[in-house]
Amino acid sequence: MVVPFSVGPESDLLARISPGVLWLGALLSCLLSLDRLLALDWEDGSLDLLATAPLPLEAVVSIKALAHWITTGLPLVLAAPLLGVLLNLPPEGYIWVVISLLLGTPALSVIGTFGAALTVGLKRGGLLLSLLVMPLYVPTLIFGAEAARRGALGMGVETPLLMLAGISAAVIALMPFASAAVLRINLR
Amino acid sequence: MTLNVSNLRIARGGIPVLDGISFALKPGQALILRGPNGIGKTTLLRSIAGLQPPLAGTVTGGEDQIAYAAHSDGLKPALTVAENLSFWASVFGTRSIEAALEAYNLTALRNRPAGALSAGQKRRLGLSRMLVTGRAIWVMDEPTVSLDQASVALFATAVRHHLAAQGSALIATHIDLGLDAAVWMSAPIRPNRWGWVILTGRSCESALGAGSGPGSAGGWGFWPGTGVFPDCHRGGAVFCWA
Amino acid sequence: MSIWEYANPRKFLRTSERVMPALWVSSALLMAVGLVWGFFFTPDDFRQGSTVKIIFLHVPAALMAINAWFMMLVASLIWVIRRHHVSALAARAAAPVGIVMTLIALATGAIWGQPMWGTWWAWDPRLTSFLVLFLFYLGYIALWEAIDDPDTAADLTAILCLVGTVFAVLSRYAVNFWNQGLHQGASLSLDKKENVADAFSNPLYICMIGFGLFFIAMVFYRTGTEIRARRIKALLARERQGESA
Repeated sequence: MVVPFSVGPESDLLARISPGVLWLGALLSCLLSLDRLLALDWEDGSLDLLATAPLPLEAVVSIKALAHWITTGLPLVLAAPLLGVLLNLPPEGYIWVVISLLLGTPALSVIGTFGAALTVGLKRGGLLLSLLVMPLYVPTLIFGAEAARRGALGMGVETPLLMLAGISAAVIALMPFASAAVLRINLR
Repeated sequence: MTLNVSNLRIARGGIPVLDGISFALKPGQALILRGPNGIGKTTLLRSIAGLQPPLAGTVTGGEDQIAYAAHSDGLKPALTVAENLSFWASVFGTRSIEAALEAYNLTALRNRPAGALSAGQKRRLGLSRMLVTGRAIWVMDEPTVSLDQASVALFATAVRHHLAAQGSALIATHIDLGLDAAVWMSAPIRPNRWGWVILTGRSCESALGAGSGPGSAGGWGFWPGTGVFPDCHRGGAVFCWA
Repeated sequence: MSIWEYANPRKFLRTSERVMPALWVSSALLMAVGLVWGFFFTPDDFRQGSTVKIIFLHVPAALMAINAWFMMLVASLIWVIRRHHVSALAARAAAPVGIVMTLIALATGAIWGQPMWGTWWAWDPRLTSFLVLFLFYLGYIALWEAIDDPDTAADLTAILCLVGTVFAVLSRYAVNFWNQGLHQGASLSLDKKENVADAFSNPLYICMIGFGLFFIAMVFYRTGTEIRARRIKALLARERQGESA
């Protein structure tokens, strides 16, 4: 976390922005690892083979998203309290930052998998992937960061948390169909 | 389970490359596809495997029966030989991998990471995957690339066993697999209107050697004059089936 | 007679070419009348002075920016369901027009906002939503350009458009929620519609219709170009095949 180096070490400022910074960190770490998520399997031919296997592609992309979440989202959820200390997160905020990340990062992984499936066939899909996924992340980021921020300020967090959970549940349920559909199109 | 392909028309990049492909592949039979590069062998195999929807025509009898092997093997370099194979065995919900390792002489290499294998060894591992799928119809694209003589023999043996067990195989290859005479069948020559020859049995071999055939390259159904098979005029594509 | 016969490229080209001159002329006329009326024959607002007159560019552009996306959504759906190529090409043709409209709306908004709110940019829900819309357009166009195979590109962009629409609507609500959360009673946000007095509304409506016709003409024109480009590609492919045979 290099944020204090760039914005200065004032503890007031850090305390104010730390929930948002943690969410931004979650988003960036998610984004960074996305372009290899399906591209490797595309290159070595596993995707072709998986597409002809009895496992439906919807399940494949769901498992891929789960694997992505376990390797990027979950560590960040676990590390959030520690990073919170470094960023001078107010004590009331810890629990809400962790809860909002826990609820929100799965959505980031699932939406990201859709972006990865869209750009899987492209030689230099990385930049395009970020461009496509960024606007799709806006609602999750807003509700997630808002819940964390309100939690840190000791305000009510129910509405943003409910919205966040709703987004996560909806994308986990529906997004795999879109991801599998674009993957099938890319595999033709 | 008989694989029935009828009047298949397939496009690649928006341009039709194959049309009027029909055949039936019965249990115990192998169909060998031969022809120059770019003729559409891979396209046909991908379409039959269900990856690419055809523009017209149908493929029936292959539902949940087809095991597909592409140009690349889909191996994970960090996993060992046995782990790679077990993964596919669990995806297809099948039993042990020992027989497959045995058939391709990979037992000694089972704990070697796939990334440390030679090209030929990787290919053998890729081919052994077909055995753990437990599926009846093998659809294979250039399976013998980078294999040495001994490994090709292993592959031919595996195919023969598969056919003997009432499996069937659809293989695009340039190598004579030396399949037994019992496997070959005979049927009349059926040239189609684009100069494709679908040959069966022994007549295949002679036609491939002679390099001539009916050169009646006509026009395309809906992109007239696109004549996508430049070699048709010279009797190019030969579909051989055994 | 059904609307689907325009799915035939030839029929589409013939009809669109017949109506296009009328569309160009009427849209130019309406826009000219609306803008001149708006700029020179309406009173200055007592609070905002003459800067308010940028509304005649701003509101129609914003309206068309959203409608263009809506049109792309419908065209994408038609492509996904009925596989009419003209529909996919129309969606592709509309996107650059839409993004330009979004840019005009954003730019005129900034120019308007500078004297009024004392800042070029504020994270007002409306502005933010348009920025997100701009990103969606950018991604959609980039995806079209990045994929070589035309049918694959059409399919992928269509699904992106469908998924994007859901997320765009969601973003709209999220942004509303987020900003109200930041500044209670968002003092910078003007509800423009309610501020429009009768003196302004007539030229504004004329401008809106003019922009709408202009958009339709642009989409017809660009779709025609796309159809021709596609045809040239097919002819070139045929020629290459002829040479090698």
